[in-house]
Amino acid sequence: MEVIFLLIGISLVLAGGFLGLFFKAMKSGQYDDNYTPSIRILFEQKVNKKEKKTNYKKSK
Amino acid sequence: MEKANQLIDQKIETTCFHCGECCVEQTLHHDGKVFCCNGCQLVYDVLEENDLCDYYEIAPNPGNNQKKSSERKNRFDYLADPEVTSKLLDFQDPEESHVTFYIPLIHCASCIWLLENLHQLDQAITSSRVNFLQKKVQIKFKNKSLDLKGLVTLLAKIGYEPAINLSDVDKRKILSTDRKLIYKLAVAGFCFGNMMFFSLPEYFSEAELLGEGFRKLFNYLNVLLALPVFFYSATDYYRSAWLAIKSKAVNMDVPIALGIITLFSYSMFEIFVSGQEGYLDSMGGLLFFLLLGKLYQKKTYETLSFSRDYTSYFPIAVTKMVRDREEVIPLTKLQVGEIIKVRNEELIPADSVLLEGQARIDYSFVTGEEVPVPKTKGELIFAGGRQKGQPITLVVQKPPSQGYLTDLWNNTAFVKADKETSLASLADQISGKFTFTVLFIAFAALVYWSFQDFSMGIKAFTAVLIITCPCALAMSTPFTLGNTLRIFGQSKFYLKNAHVVEKMAKVDTVVFDKTGTLTAPSQAHITFRGGSLSTETTSILKGMVQHSVHPLSYRINGWLGNIPVAFLEGVEEVPGKGIKAIYKSQLFLLGSASFTGAKIKGDAQIPGNQVFFSVEGILMGYFQIESGLRKGMDQVVCQLINGRQVHLLSGDNDLEREQFEDLLGPEVTLKFNQSPQDKLDYIQRLKAHGGNVLMVGDGLNDAGALKVSQVGIAVTENISHFSPSSDAILDAEKLYQLPQYLRFSQTSRKIIQASFALSFTYNAIGIFFAVQGLVSPVLCAILMPLSSISVVLFTTLGTNYFAYKKGLKEKIC
Repeated sequence: MEVIFLLIGISLVLAGGFLGLFFKAMKSGQYDDNYTPSIRILFEQKVNKKEKKTNYKKSK
Repeated sequence: MEKANQLIDQKIETTCFHCGECCVEQTLHHDGKVFCCNGCQLVYDVLEENDLCDYYEIAPNPGNNQKKSSERKNRFDYLADPEVTSKLLDFQDPEESHVTFYIPLIHCASCIWLLENLHQLDQAITSSRVNFLQKKVQIKFKNKSLDLKGLVTLLAKIGYEPAINLSDVDKRKILSTDRKLIYKLAVAGFCFGNMMFFSLPEYFSEAELLGEGFRKLFNYLNVLLALPVFFYSATDYYRSAWLAIKSKAVNMDVPIALGIITLFSYSMFEIFVSGQEGYLDSMGGLLFFLLLGKLYQKKTYETLSFSRDYTSYFPIAVTKMVRDREEVIPLTKLQVGEIIKVRNEELIPADSVLLEGQARIDYSFVTGEEVPVPKTKGELIFAGGRQKGQPITLVVQKPPSQGYLTDLWNNTAFVKADKETSLASLADQISGKFTFTVLFIAFAALVYWSFQDFSMGIKAFTAVLIITCPCALAMSTPFTLGNTLRIFGQSKFYLKNAHVVEKMAKVDTVVFDKTGTLTAPSQAHITFRGGSLSTETTSILKGMVQHSVHPLSYRINGWLGNIPVAFLEGVEEVPGKGIKAIYKSQLFLLGSASFTGAKIKGDAQIPGNQVFFSVEGILMGYFQIESGLRKGMDQVVCQLINGRQVHLLSGDNDLEREQFEDLLGPEVTLKFNQSPQDKLDYIQRLKAHGGNVLMVGDGLNDAGALKVSQVGIAVTENISHFSPSSDAILDAEKLYQLPQYLRFSQTSRKIIQASFALSFTYNAIGIFFAVQGLVSPVLCAILMPLSSISVVLFTTLGTNYFAYKKGLKEKIC
């Protein structure tokens, strides 16, 4: 049964770690806006836009 | 059918590429695209030049119409003022500045894309992030090549002019309070979960699951986990309770704080002195649920602002005239006696006298009446009106903070009104008595047992305190009222806080403002007097009113309906007078009596607004436009009268008295010619006679009355638009539901009372055993969370069920 001491230690460290991570995420502002990122992810990257456009036109 | 198709085709052809609106006045062809105005085309040019035309691909016609945008070059000059900039900026160092703008025009994915690609327009912008729900954008930029004025000008150039007003400058909102609550909740949740885990063996203490060594260890771990809950998560409750006690009152937080402290200290005593297990898991759970309820309530109200004062309405800057030269200065620096220039669509910032120009002031923002009032030279114009038409110059008579309307905010009556709230609440009253009763019983038990066995006395004393720990009591009110707030919110009625529900339940006098509240421009009642109109004439009229932006033209346009438009020559709007048009070489005039040459019989004034119509100098008739009641309002008043007094206050003259007497019935007290101060005094008189007054108003002129009444409801056509400071904001469309809201607030009061009864029953049973010293830890551990959960379930289900029954909610859950 002594293994429980070890398990408790591990569980507390793990749970505490998650709490800490949650705090970190809060602080970085991740939860301030939970709508805009869902749109932002759909925007295409700007880098090769011109090339892409010409390719698109050709294939058409 | 063919005709319909043609029409559709035409519509597509003449839709602006930028803003998607129909091109009515002009159609500009540019770069193979169609634009409705110069402004839209300019925005397109800027984006085209910078290769940002993806903007038009993300959402169709994403732009904002630029017709009304001001073209004045110097309107952002005030942003060069270091005092203003330092207040607007979030962060500033020699290299970089951060600023957050509120841009009400953000409405689609394209907006987000463009605003986040600002760095392609100007290299100095390092990053920009949009918060779509709050319609805010945070921009970081390098100071070297860009300043705040340049940035705002750039945003205006691409059609996203930020809204900057005085309250932004005066105080910056602090977001951190919201985050702190989440931190506290997270800590409480973490500790609660783990404490439950370590307390598990105790729940089955009869069956020895673990050895003595584990029990001790688990107890100490619980103590360790309880510390952050007690010293961090619960701090808000201590503070609130302490403030209440300091002002010699008892609020809901006093028993909560007392309960938490008792739970904690008794548990410490048990663990370290008597070697037992304590109730720390209960304490963790209590706080976790309390904080959860609090957060839940806060979330619903994030985007609403109830405590607006005049600073959020007024512009931040004014154009001052210094020897014929224009100078843009912040409003706060405006002095009495200075000369200011107010242009079309601009707000008059201070009470002032008209010097020059044709003033036609739209007071819709103040009184709810949108037909502009003409003013002549030398007349005093109150702050809050909006100029329509030519620029005017004015001499400032009073500083902006001391105008006729702004004075209402500084009325001493308001200071008192705020203090009353803390005592009025039902829960606070009951919990006050409850706390004293519990303390009394606990001490009685202590004294009684002490004669026989002192340790037994201590046990009974603490058992009473813990078992009656007001968790259930404390939770019933916030959960019921919180849920009521949410149900109201779903039907577009937003209350400032939970106290308002309780105050609404007591209302016995309802006061309405007339213009803009009971009546609505969209409900205007129009009749044409003077013979019938031929189809040709109506199509001519349609053509004329389409060209005008005057509110009365809009109403006539709506009345005419969707009919073909005649082709007119030389349509011209004469500001303040009417519209001129030539059709088949005949002169058509539509407008005021003097403009059309109409003579009104006698001196008798006709109520409402008239628009006269003449052809070649011969009067054909006139449109009678009367303000119409909002949908279902007559029934609302009937329902409200049921046991309540109803009053109607109007700033207008009493020409419409008879009409309203007919409409609303004889029980309603009608008062006309009421100035904002009169309205405020009237409410105070009603209050002095013992009335619980509910005021429903919309404009700035009601602001004083709204604030001084027990419950002030601001009615607004658009929730996110400005509304005067009030206890509640109601969507104008939902005004007909007001009687239901009032009834439901009474229902929720009854639900609270019922849940109090429920928790009293639990407590009575608990006390019965506790005073005898019979309560075992197991019973406590089971009874306490059970009573809390049952009360929460009861209140939530109860409010949802009644809301469903009353038609305020579509589904029960």
